[in-house]
Amino acid sequence: MAEFLIETIGLPTWFAWTAVAGLSAFLILNVIAGGALVFIWAERKIAARIQDRLGPTRTGGRFGWLQSLADGIKLLAKEDLMPDGADALLFRLAPYVSFCASFCAFIALPFAFDTVGQRLNVGVFFVVAVLGLEVFGVILAGYASASKWSLFGAMREAAQVVSYEVPLGMCVVVPVMLAGSMDLVTIGEKQAGWAVNWFIFHDPFTFVIFWVYCTCAIASVNRAPFDLAEAESELVAGFHTEYSGLRWSFFFMAEYGSMFLVSALAAILFLGGWNGPVPVSELLGFSDGVAATAPFALRFIGCMNLFLKATAGVLLMMWIRWTLPRLRIDQVMTTCLKYCTPIAAAMFLGVMLWQLFLPGGLVPGSFRAAAGVREGWLEQSYRKESAEDESLSLKKLSRHISEVSR
Amino acid sequence: MNQDAFDISLSLFALIDWHGFFFLLFAAIACIAALMVVLTDNVVRMALHLILSLGATAGLFFLAGAEFIGAMQLMIYVGGTLVLLVFGVMLTAQTQLVALRTPASDRVLAGILAAALLAVLVQAAFSIESWQKSGQGIVSAPTATPLGMALVGVRVDQSAEANLLDAKGGYLLPFEIVSVHLLVVLIGAAYLARAKRRRVPRPVDLMASVDSVEPNSSVDSPSTVLSGGSE
Repeated sequence: MAEFLIETIGLPTWFAWTAVAGLSAFLILNVIAGGALVFIWAERKIAARIQDRLGPTRTGGRFGWLQSLADGIKLLAKEDLMPDGADALLFRLAPYVSFCASFCAFIALPFAFDTVGQRLNVGVFFVVAVLGLEVFGVILAGYASASKWSLFGAMREAAQVVSYEVPLGMCVVVPVMLAGSMDLVTIGEKQAGWAVNWFIFHDPFTFVIFWVYCTCAIASVNRAPFDLAEAESELVAGFHTEYSGLRWSFFFMAEYGSMFLVSALAAILFLGGWNGPVPVSELLGFSDGVAATAPFALRFIGCMNLFLKATAGVLLMMWIRWTLPRLRIDQVMTTCLKYCTPIAAAMFLGVMLWQLFLPGGLVPGSFRAAAGVREGWLEQSYRKESAEDESLSLKKLSRHISEVSR
Repeated sequence: MNQDAFDISLSLFALIDWHGFFFLLFAAIACIAALMVVLTDNVVRMALHLILSLGATAGLFFLAGAEFIGAMQLMIYVGGTLVLLVFGVMLTAQTQLVALRTPASDRVLAGILAAALLAVLVQAAFSIESWQKSGQGIVSAPTATPLGMALVGVRVDQSAEANLLDAKGGYLLPFEIVSVHLLVVLIGAAYLARAKRRRVPRPVDLMASVDSVEPNSSVDSPSTVLSGGSE
């Protein structure tokens, strides 16, 4: 996109890059903030329906769809309180740490083919690494609040996140192994075509490991039944007991942001990413199934696909939250160490053996043929692109340097 | 007038070398935060500054195009500091450890050591010929695939013939040694940290043992058995 601005419109290089960077950041911020608004409303409606009541009905006319906005205005108007014994700097810093971690992870998350803030060749790894940093904000908040409840909540969260990173990592490695790449764009594009190409249907082991991933993802974003850190029946509100107003809402934006993030990651890793279950555009002849030459509108539809899948994931999390009771801390640890980790390890081994002995799937040639073609194409085009970019930028750089020196 | 000033500032803005700017920014954050780790008294703030310093270093790696190393830095070092932070919080929950003051003699000793290390590192860094040239920062980012291949023993960055002649190319053995070492550490930690249970028989077992005692030798009443068992 920056190249387009430079070449076609003739904007100066620095301005084009700055504009593109600003636009990406703005869009990602809106996904998180707008998503939080919608999801908080949805959560209230779903919770109400599950508990056989109505939820918000009045604000904004029907269905109370403006409820979150009203809540936001209320939060803005709230007094910003801080306990006397609090560590002022850390107390103020903590919500932003949480939010920044959630935001940074979105940078490497593709929404459609090549529609990504920054395409990293270790995208999966980056997203998982940054997602683990969100807990820093929680611990700092718990410590800085100078409150027992907050400290207890933070300690529980720390123990939970550290232990659940292990099975989560194992689950994430499986699609990486199937795709042969840690690049999220490549992983998503390998599952193009019919729904049987999705990695969740690749073999029985991946089907099982998808559900293990779901469990670990819910635990790592600290949602019920794993929400011990804010267990309101024991710890008042856990780590955010002492927070109010906009700072408090930053924690919630971070939570809903990371819920959306792990759902989108699940969609890309297991559920075909931005590819629909039926390759409609290919069947109708709008494209030849190669994403790079496809019309731009298809990428937009791809975005919609991914948003739909991720939203379905978030709604599933809400359903689980309002259905299951909260686990005790020992049950949380048991789930992680005695169930999730061994199952993930066994399934990992199973997928590996499946890849060794049945690389073509049960029906030979149905899966790998398409993927093989795609693989070669992706590698080639990526290399060509990067080579071109490099020569372009080097040329620009040398020109720039010569101008400056003159 | 205003328009002129705006134009000048705009052209100045265009002249900024963004790569250099971000390098200086991240480097400054890393250095200042590292200094703050040493100079702060509060353990939790120390850990926070350490996180900042390590995070800025990860930023430097991303800036240099080493995405894999950058993500590694985030996952292992920054993520590992989490445990440090937890320990800091647990220690400062008791009041006598809220402030950690370093004695002056320790500061002098540490200063001398750090200065010596810095001198050695600076000398080593400036003695490398290829680092003297400018414009080395921007390199094409290789994927993580060659790294993974080298880890299982295939050095794709060397030519095939060299690989055949010289078989010590891969990193499989070091990798295995390190992983076995880590496994030993894990098992050792689990062994040391395990809950040491006393052997307290359950009341059900006690009742069973009482039942099995012969009727004529019932000198021991159930209460003595219970008290004896709970030692």
